[in-house]
Amino acid sequence: MLTYTLKRLLMAIPTLLIVITISFFLMRVAPGGPFDGERQLPPEIEANLKAAYHLDEPLPQQYLRYMGNLLQGDFGPSFKYKDFSVTELIAQGFPVSLEIGGLAILLALLIGLPLGIIAALRRNSGVDYTVMGTALAGIAVPNFVIAPILALVFGVLLAWLPAGGWNGGALPNLVLPVIALSIQQIAYIARMMRASMIEVLGSHYIRTARAKGLSERQVIWRHAIRPALLPVTSYLGPAIAGIITGSVVIEQIFGIPGIGRYFVQAALNRDYTLVMGTVVFYGALIVLMNLLVDLLYSALDPQIRYDD
Amino acid sequence: MLRHSHTLLGAMALSSLSLTSLALATPAQAETLNIGVMGELASFDTSQVSGGVWESQVLMDVYEGLLKKNPEGEAIPGMATDWEISEDGKAYTFHLRDDAKWSDGEPVTAEDFVFGWQHLLDPASASKYAYLLYPIKNAETVNVGDKPLEALGAESLDGGKTLKVTLESPTPFFLQLLTHYTAYPLPKHAVDEYGKKWVKMDNIVTNGAFEPAEWISQSRITVEKNPEYYDASEVSLDSVNYFNTEDRNAAISRFRAGELDIIRDYPSSRYQWLEENLPKATHLSPMLGTYYYVLNTREGRPTADKRVREALNLVARRKVLSEQIMAGSFKDAYSLVPPGTSHYDVQRMDGVDGDYAKRLAKAKQLIEDAGYGPDNPLHLQLRYNTSDEHKKIAIALAAMWKPLGVEVEMTNAEATVHYQTIQEGDFDVARAGWIADYNDAENFLTLLRSGVGNNYGGYDNAEYDKLLDQAASTLDLDKREALLEEAENVALDDYALVPLLYYVTRNLVNPDISGWQDNAEDDHPSRWVQFSE
Repeated sequence: MLTYTLKRLLMAIPTLLIVITISFFLMRVAPGGPFDGERQLPPEIEANLKAAYHLDEPLPQQYLRYMGNLLQGDFGPSFKYKDFSVTELIAQGFPVSLEIGGLAILLALLIGLPLGIIAALRRNSGVDYTVMGTALAGIAVPNFVIAPILALVFGVLLAWLPAGGWNGGALPNLVLPVIALSIQQIAYIARMMRASMIEVLGSHYIRTARAKGLSERQVIWRHAIRPALLPVTSYLGPAIAGIITGSVVIEQIFGIPGIGRYFVQAALNRDYTLVMGTVVFYGALIVLMNLLVDLLYSALDPQIRYDD
Repeated sequence: MLRHSHTLLGAMALSSLSLTSLALATPAQAETLNIGVMGELASFDTSQVSGGVWESQVLMDVYEGLLKKNPEGEAIPGMATDWEISEDGKAYTFHLRDDAKWSDGEPVTAEDFVFGWQHLLDPASASKYAYLLYPIKNAETVNVGDKPLEALGAESLDGGKTLKVTLESPTPFFLQLLTHYTAYPLPKHAVDEYGKKWVKMDNIVTNGAFEPAEWISQSRITVEKNPEYYDASEVSLDSVNYFNTEDRNAAISRFRAGELDIIRDYPSSRYQWLEENLPKATHLSPMLGTYYYVLNTREGRPTADKRVREALNLVARRKVLSEQIMAGSFKDAYSLVPPGTSHYDVQRMDGVDGDYAKRLAKAKQLIEDAGYGPDNPLHLQLRYNTSDEHKKIAIALAAMWKPLGVEVEMTNAEATVHYQTIQEGDFDVARAGWIADYNDAENFLTLLRSGVGNNYGGYDNAEYDKLLDQAASTLDLDKREALLEEAENVALDDYALVPLLYYVTRNLVNPDISGWQDNAEDDHPSRWVQFSE
């Protein structure tokens, strides 16, 4: 298990290198640069800017410089948010995204899993149709629609909760963004859990368990749920990585200082260093999450072992 | 020596009067103003700022230049109490106020201004807006790196109490320019002590009515009243929060929930709803900015033909754009320089309003004369940068040009790509806009000067350039105005562009606030703001 983990971590290094290299050159190939804007700059000023950010050097040299700095853990300064380094921006934003995203995933699991199980057990009943119909609606309605409606109803009309703002992560400020972020996840998880539960309930070992005379409760709790969790688990890896790196929509609507918006803003601004910083960070997180999921697999399914 | 302008002195007297009345109403409670701004400040180091309206809002609250703005947006004495201008208009001598202090109690000296300007022009600072200070002697050569920083025409005299500034040539808008953040001082003592880290929240000192206290990137900047500010006793607010509210519809919800007192630049599409539902809070007023379509006048383009340019202008129905497409949230425009520009009368392109049928007939004739017809339709490549507003206008214009047999091919791209493409000249017609850096017609007219980067259409007219050159060396403001107006008429007669709309300022302001006024530059220092009882 330990050797497997180490092997996977080592394999992550070339993966990340490829990701970084491709992103670096893709970013430079994209038309427009970090200093192109509505106002054309006088040539001497553009020259100053390019020199200050080493953009006047040949591309391979810029690449080597970037990789060299990266090895020393230096992501460089942001081109746009100049009082912060990229490291500072990620360090300030990630805990916020992690908190919102983590709570949203937790909420999604707490609600989505039981809903999926209940729907599977009451297959084709009124309960099933209601749960799955609602879930379908949850998937279909994007969060840029849900979020403003939540803000309008609970923030403006009822005035129970703040319509936006972070306020240092105070509980009232967390409620709406966490709900808005989790609705789609609840829907996905519920549907996935239902499908996999139905499949498991139809398998031979469940029939055997029932034939042994186990109570229905025991059959479900001891034999059905654990294997049914496998597909949900493999979905959770990338989903968690995605959700804890923030959502640009939720962050902008509720004014939350997470890192989600950097993915979009940095690319639009051609903020090269910030784009690279978020790519490296997100890439590493995906690799880590996938590894965790694979390790969790073996805990859930005794047939999966990573001994050699 | 000429004494400084009377209007400035008058404004100062007026503002001190209104201050007395403000002071009487100062409440005892801690008061915080919450402003929703539409973007993130790039830096508290003014040399690194990228030019957003939201950035000036924060910076003008924490810094103060030689001159500052009153609620009406007029320049009044700030760090300088008075000044003299030499006969030739090239030397300015500013006398700094005795009680000017940084927020750590250190005096603000002329040396801090010299240092700040040198820092801005230092090639190593790579400041985007350094060119705004180019009127100062040697500023451009310093910025290019051809001369040392010390060569800059700014000198501290009398132990830092007097600042002498020498200009390259007379610059009638120089005092206006000094209210811009590029002309703010820099705390030399703090930079000496902390180096580049002087801008960090723990180290920063400022000389304005407020000082930075907290900055949560992408969320909020908090500034607190600066007790060392010379007019601190007259500042009503205790602190100001600037919330980054990029989603402006969400900002409206937060305003309605009472979480924000002011929203800068609400979306134009919400104007009618706001006007109906929050009439007291909804502000809309003319701004120094023009929304226009660039016509590519380079050889080989159909728009190089003046007849085509005139025809396109004739049938562009500005009133339809402003009133129906933009629902009243813009004003129809017939010139490049917008109304409200100081010492300038609005000019007007000939024949582009009035009886539409006549205009259409004339335009059709012009297009035919230019050699286009059913067999050889005029094909135009129109570019705009991605946004709902720009898209609506582009579609409307294409429809307006259709009766002329014009086939419009629309291409949209994100702003970065759009501007790069049109700078390279790869278009026939392209969307552009210009918001004044400072209140002067020259700032707009430069857009059509030959060889200037922002002259996207490559308009090249020797007479136009000559008139601008003459204006630049004319000291008499009335004569200068006449020259600038003549220049604009040359360009308008040439149909060098399609002026479409004048920008307006769109703000939502809590009706319980006083000391906040609409003005053409959309500058609203929080220093004057207070909550009514």
